[in-house]
Amino acid sequence: MDYLKTSLVKVGVMLIELNRPEKRNALNNATLQELVDVLHSIDLDLAVKTVVITGNTQCFAAGADLNELAQLDVVSIQQDQRPLLWKKIDEFSKPIIIAVNGFALGAGFELALHGDIILTGENAQFALPEIGLGMLPGAGGTQRLARLVGQQLAMRWAMTGELISAEMAQQYGISSQICPTALTVEYAIELAGKIAKQAPLAIRVIKQSLKSIHEVTLSQGLKLERQHFVWLAATQDRQEGINAFLEKRKPEFRGV
Amino acid sequence: MDYQTIIAVEKDAVGYLTFNRPKQLNSFNEVMHKEVSQVLKAWSKDQNIRTVVISAEGRGFCAGQDLNDRVVDPNADAPDLGLSIEKYYNPLIKLITEMPKPVICAVNGVAAGAGANIALACDIVLAAKSATFIQAFCRLGLVPDSGGTWFLPRLVGRAQAMGLALLGDKIPAEQAVQLGMIWRTVDDEQLKVEAEKMASHLAKQPTYGLSLIKKAIHASAHNNLDDQLILERDLQRLAGRSSDYKEGVQAFMHKRTPEYKGC
Repeated sequence: MDYLKTSLVKVGVMLIELNRPEKRNALNNATLQELVDVLHSIDLDLAVKTVVITGNTQCFAAGADLNELAQLDVVSIQQDQRPLLWKKIDEFSKPIIIAVNGFALGAGFELALHGDIILTGENAQFALPEIGLGMLPGAGGTQRLARLVGQQLAMRWAMTGELISAEMAQQYGISSQICPTALTVEYAIELAGKIAKQAPLAIRVIKQSLKSIHEVTLSQGLKLERQHFVWLAATQDRQEGINAFLEKRKPEFRGV
Repeated sequence: MDYQTIIAVEKDAVGYLTFNRPKQLNSFNEVMHKEVSQVLKAWSKDQNIRTVVISAEGRGFCAGQDLNDRVVDPNADAPDLGLSIEKYYNPLIKLITEMPKPVICAVNGVAAGAGANIALACDIVLAAKSATFIQAFCRLGLVPDSGGTWFLPRLVGRAQAMGLALLGDKIPAEQAVQLGMIWRTVDDEQLKVEAEKMASHLAKQPTYGLSLIKKAIHASAHNNLDDQLILERDLQRLAGRSSDYKEGVQAFMHKRTPEYKGC
């Protein structure tokens, strides 16, 4: 592993740190590929329930690797593996908590938007600066951001590249919590730990249900939710959850 | 380093920044803005500087903006006063309020306009008995800037803030203390000594802890109680991990004077 550090920081919680500080964690293809490989192995590993992705205290990820991008012409961009890599990150089945300290710019911001829950430090700053390079966000930036904050702000931010502070990010629903910078990762791990203790199958269908809101109509979404609801009735964890509640004890979920 | 408009001295973990345009009552021009900002930025990051003192040469503290920089030609387009605020005054106020160490202000004489509000942005304001504060903006058709409209109501309440800002009267230092605008007054000839005494005390205190206190008090202006309680928990968690806290507890147990390193 060249560009990532992974560690099992708590029962069921894998911490993935982007670790290319000299390039401000710029997301080159190799980093993305590594991330996809790690996530793939985590998807198969029953012991890992949730993932926390972070950078360092100054920088989450300052964008794509421009040297790499500059070499691509229209044909090679067509054949580029990146869209496939992003798709795989999007398809990861377990919860991803993103802990952003410092800059999350361009592809860094877009990676954060691939997460299910974002926590930021007070020093977090988001932006889509692609416009300054004569480009547009190419990894879902225009789509995911607009679905989170609406067309007005997404247009403005994508067309200007303006910085978005931690306060604004929370105010407009990009992140769910602002932490003192020194505590962001710790709090993200704590949150991930809480989720890791829940029934894994229920967590899985909650993620699917919520992610589907951008794909399907409300009535289709309600049907899907109902199917998940019925499907969960066949799981032992659901029985365990209800029994534990009635018996006033803590449930022990096993993912079955 | 030599500056044209200020004096910057580092001594015993204290950074002394002295405005030095006494003939112009230390009013700000562009050079002074740049020099002040350069020094404060450096001290903000410098772990060896654990307290900052802002004071001034001559009979005045600071008369705010140097109006010679802003001669208004009656036939020209209106000037954009927002520019210098955006570029200089606002960042200066943020440098002071976000400085992760105590900032003492020693007000030796008149503090007018932005000069008064720069003083109010500091953490502890000492004033010579002969010093005065004036929210001069209203007399020129302007609005108190450099945080004036934010600090004043929080320091003295809305009624007094309105009186100060709409009338623009000269307030003697003693009255400023009574209103809660500043910490306290000292005899004129004692100002420098008292400021140094306070600074050298603060520079030996747990600086990191002090910076968290400062942060919490500033955050209280826009937090509700629930948010502030959460912030206190977070900051206490950080403070509890500092080596100064360990040292403080150790010293207390062994009945000795703690030796704080500021981290």
